[in-house]
Amino acid sequence: MNETAIEARSVVVEREFAHPPAKIWRALTQPHLVAEWLMAGDVAATPGHRFRFGADWGHVDCEVVEVEPERTLAYSWDGMGLESTVTWTLTPTAAGTLLRMEQRGFQPDQKLAYHGAKAGWPRFLTALDDLLAQID
Amino acid sequence: MIETRDLLFKALSDPTRRALFERLCESGEQSVGALTAPAGISQPAVSKHLAVLRQAGLVQDRQQGRQAYYSARPAALAPLVDWAERMARFWDARFDDLDDVLKRMDQ
Repeated sequence: MNETAIEARSVVVEREFAHPPAKIWRALTQPHLVAEWLMAGDVAATPGHRFRFGADWGHVDCEVVEVEPERTLAYSWDGMGLESTVTWTLTPTAAGTLLRMEQRGFQPDQKLAYHGAKAGWPRFLTALDDLLAQID
Repeated sequence: MIETRDLLFKALSDPTRRALFERLCESGEQSVGALTAPAGISQPAVSKHLAVLRQAGLVQDRQQGRQAYYSARPAALAPLVDWAERMARFWDARFDDLDDVLKRMDQ
């Protein structure tokens, strides 16, 4: 395990839709469709493409970081309090498509200057989860 | 509240500080010297990171003799938990709207 417990914390929303991946992919990547359910913005399935999602309450700056047509779309998400990355994953199912959205708030750093005691990590992940659960 | 949250997110934005904080969560109270030993960075650099963590409420310090001891305050992570809950609600609502769009695309 080379990520810390805080990095491991993310927001995940999953839902199965009775529609094929190709159709959901269009809804994720065509601006006129995206505007109808997420926000208005010049999104494109092109790695490195920068765009801005706008809403009446503010905006979110994004850069596309990963594209695998009809499988994966990921963009950075800078707004609403915390710099993060939003990753969409489409998995075909018998009934249609399982759509998974994962938003991660902190990026692991390859050049980590400080290495903690790695042996204790898995147990510690549980401990931090317990602590965070108590906060709720 | 927004200011507190910004301080927290800024403090956690640095991987070295995240690792220091998590080490304190894991190992309990530690002296700056003990934290520096495995850090691969200088003691002044560790102290600087600890000061940022303290400002964000994530750690507290106690002076004993010439040594400063630090311990974690995991409750200070509450705004991060709030953020995650708020975003989960946001995305859940967006999934509802996406469902509507997909149904309209059929027509």
